[in-house]
Amino acid sequence: MNISVLPRSVATFEASAAHHHEHDDGSMTVLGFWIYLMSDCLIFACLFATFGVLAENVAGGPGGRELFDLSYVAVETVLLLASSFTFGVAVLNLQTNRRGNVIAWLAITFVLGAAFINMEIREFVHLIEEGAGPNRSAFLSAYFTLVGTHGLHVTAGLIWLAVMIHQASHFELDGVIRRRLACLSLFWHFLDLVWICVFTFVYLRGVL
Amino acid sequence: MLGKLSLSAVPLNEPIITGTGIVVAILGFTVLALITYYRKWGYLWSEWITSVDHKKIGVMYFGLGLLMLLRGFADAIMMRTQQAMAANDAAGYLPPHHYDQIFTAHGVIMIFFVATPFIIGLMNVVVPLQIGARDVAYPFVNSLGFWLSAVGAALVMVSMWVGDFAATGWVAYPPLSELEYSPTVGVDYFIWSLQVSGLGTTLTGINFVVTILRMRAPGMGFMKMPVFVWTALITNILIVAIFPVLTATLALLAADRYFGMHFFTNELGGNAMMYINLIWIWGHPEVYVLILPCFGVFSEVIATFSGKPLFGYKSMVYATSSIGVLSFFVWLHHFFTMGSGANVNAFFGIMTTIISIPTGVKLFNWLFTMYRGRIRFHSATLWTIGFMVTFAVGGMTGVLLAVPGADFVLHNSLFLVAHFHNVIIGGVVYGCLAGMSFWFPKVFGFKLNEFWGKVSFWCWLVGYWLAFTPLYILGFKGMTRRMNHYDLPDWHPYLIVALVGAAIIGIGIIAILIQFWVSIRDREKNRDLTGDPWNARSLEWSTASPAPFYNFAHIPRITSLEQHWEDKELGRAWRSASYYEDIHMPKNTAAGFVMGVFSFVLCFALVWHMWAIAAVGLFGMVGTFIARSYDRDTDYYVPAPEVARIERQRHAQISKAV
Repeated sequence: MNISVLPRSVATFEASAAHHHEHDDGSMTVLGFWIYLMSDCLIFACLFATFGVLAENVAGGPGGRELFDLSYVAVETVLLLASSFTFGVAVLNLQTNRRGNVIAWLAITFVLGAAFINMEIREFVHLIEEGAGPNRSAFLSAYFTLVGTHGLHVTAGLIWLAVMIHQASHFELDGVIRRRLACLSLFWHFLDLVWICVFTFVYLRGVL
Repeated sequence: MLGKLSLSAVPLNEPIITGTGIVVAILGFTVLALITYYRKWGYLWSEWITSVDHKKIGVMYFGLGLLMLLRGFADAIMMRTQQAMAANDAAGYLPPHHYDQIFTAHGVIMIFFVATPFIIGLMNVVVPLQIGARDVAYPFVNSLGFWLSAVGAALVMVSMWVGDFAATGWVAYPPLSELEYSPTVGVDYFIWSLQVSGLGTTLTGINFVVTILRMRAPGMGFMKMPVFVWTALITNILIVAIFPVLTATLALLAADRYFGMHFFTNELGGNAMMYINLIWIWGHPEVYVLILPCFGVFSEVIATFSGKPLFGYKSMVYATSSIGVLSFFVWLHHFFTMGSGANVNAFFGIMTTIISIPTGVKLFNWLFTMYRGRIRFHSATLWTIGFMVTFAVGGMTGVLLAVPGADFVLHNSLFLVAHFHNVIIGGVVYGCLAGMSFWFPKVFGFKLNEFWGKVSFWCWLVGYWLAFTPLYILGFKGMTRRMNHYDLPDWHPYLIVALVGAAIIGIGIIAILIQFWVSIRDREKNRDLTGDPWNARSLEWSTASPAPFYNFAHIPRITSLEQHWEDKELGRAWRSASYYEDIHMPKNTAAGFVMGVFSFVLCFALVWHMWAIAAVGLFGMVGTFIARSYDRDTDYYVPAPEVARIERQRHAQISKAV
């Protein structure tokens, strides 16, 4: 297209390009965040693979069957799954612009996530007190690192949740807030998904 | 409070390190004094340190790469000198522990802090311009990524004077890299410098994937993207896919060293081969991360200076993509001797040789591009031809090593060392230097001096062959890598020739520095007034040199694979527009730099087990990021009259030139 001949068409493209450039435009950020999540997924893939390789290397120490309490882990799982549900409710409220509800459901999500982390820390402390700490065997190193990395992610998610609860009350529910809540929601559900794999491949398989 | 750090960490008793330290301190002080004297701090802060302009970030990456090249080369010449001296009864001048740190630092620096910044720098400068965008998808993340990489490089440099660096080889195989066998902070410096720069590289990868997927000018379908953009896309997909693996692997090594875990130890069920598998699942695709954009550079250069469209564009795209996929199926060829059995070795051997097919396709494409072209022997052309000859040989020795039986004889020998220098110098370094002389005018508005560019090329070419051909021969003679001393007189002459070769490469590096100086001195003479100094073909040459900060006054509409060439053919290039609009741009931000500073505090404190200070660094990083998320004033509009003023100046310049 010749710019000097067809200023109109250029103007249309200019407008659409400017729209693309709007840093508030959520779709580009969400795409980037997706790609980030995939890279994070690869970190977990490495940890799962390492766990798979080292799972039998208990070095004369305790194995999964002696250590894991499935009913305790089931409660943890329920807490995390419930937090994913409450986050979903928060997003539904976001779509209908009910700010008070959004903040309330995010706060409930936070409490559930914090309860999960609390249980996980207790479990770790309990194992370490029993002499089954991460330096006992390669199996326990892999276990603590895999589950702990997931826990660190949830903790980071909690900090992010706290910031977003504040931002949702501090700012309008505008494009920026919506975009960030969309990313956080992806992150939160992603951690849920990882936990399902942890539950299956670490705990369930561990007690077999 | 200070953890393991004390004054004894500073190696004052080693004259080489102390001497270097004094020289660096004097140089650093001089630079700081000059900046203060000329009152340039404000300029540096607002135009560079806080800049989110992809071109400036690209230049800073390239500057970081050049600076670290000097350090990496200093390591190289020290090793060559040691090996040229330490034959028979002579011990040379480097004690083993220092020598081990030097070859480790050399590898780490050249891969992570020379080649990677060069590649990312080139992509930063070129990709948005070639796709007709005004910046990258996340300008702040781009700035942050650069500062994290710079912090990684700074940590490696600091390790020289405060403590020591890893003495394990550049991939730090356990169990040697475990606390039991490497009790000093060297490996910790290695871990944290790579963790922080790796984070920066991952962020850059995500940024460029989204930029290329989402910010192409209207009309630019995938098969209208310039080849360099294609190679950049594949490279960044590889980055996103492999750097998390590096992060995880180094985190596991850190867990062993910091928490007494047993991932890779000899005791309590650890498995060192797990590390070696993981590190090469990152490491092999990493070499394609480095070489693919260079293939892109050569494609652009050879088409431009042959005056012809690139031969076999589609096959180039498919070759690049298939190399990207295949790169994930060859990692085991780095340790055929692990003992995984004949069938596994055969699989990885065959996969490795298969990669030479798409690479061969590319080589023939470049040759056919030159065939019956009007070739101009610009220095970028010379780098490209030098690459084709050198890289082809490196590729063939690689295929040789891919045969597991041959590898059992040649692994860990100087043959291997010669092979990967053959492809990395002959491919990545030549490619980056070709790219530098090709795109320099687009960034700075004047051309680089040709004479010194050619001097540099010939020194690198001759120097490379002199330095590494003897190493191939020594590999056949059974000389292993990383030797501090040997007592076979037969090897000695070869290593003297290798030293001479390295010295000639050194002259090539000095020639680059002279080239900068002469080019800046004569810049008025070598101004690029049209924005298209090479009569080139792709979009970046349609805008001014230096490219304005907004890149394009109007986002171009793409109708052709070689948009700028077609515009020139149809006589519609460089027309001035009748009106202009406001342009939306991101604002500068100090957040990337501040987070970088805190990340340095964090990593340095982790190296020395200074937990309180590490917490300060971590909270500083996270806090800065959160604080920035409250800043809603991150972009602005360039008013249309301002755009019009800049564009009018440019068109006046073009009419003066024509």
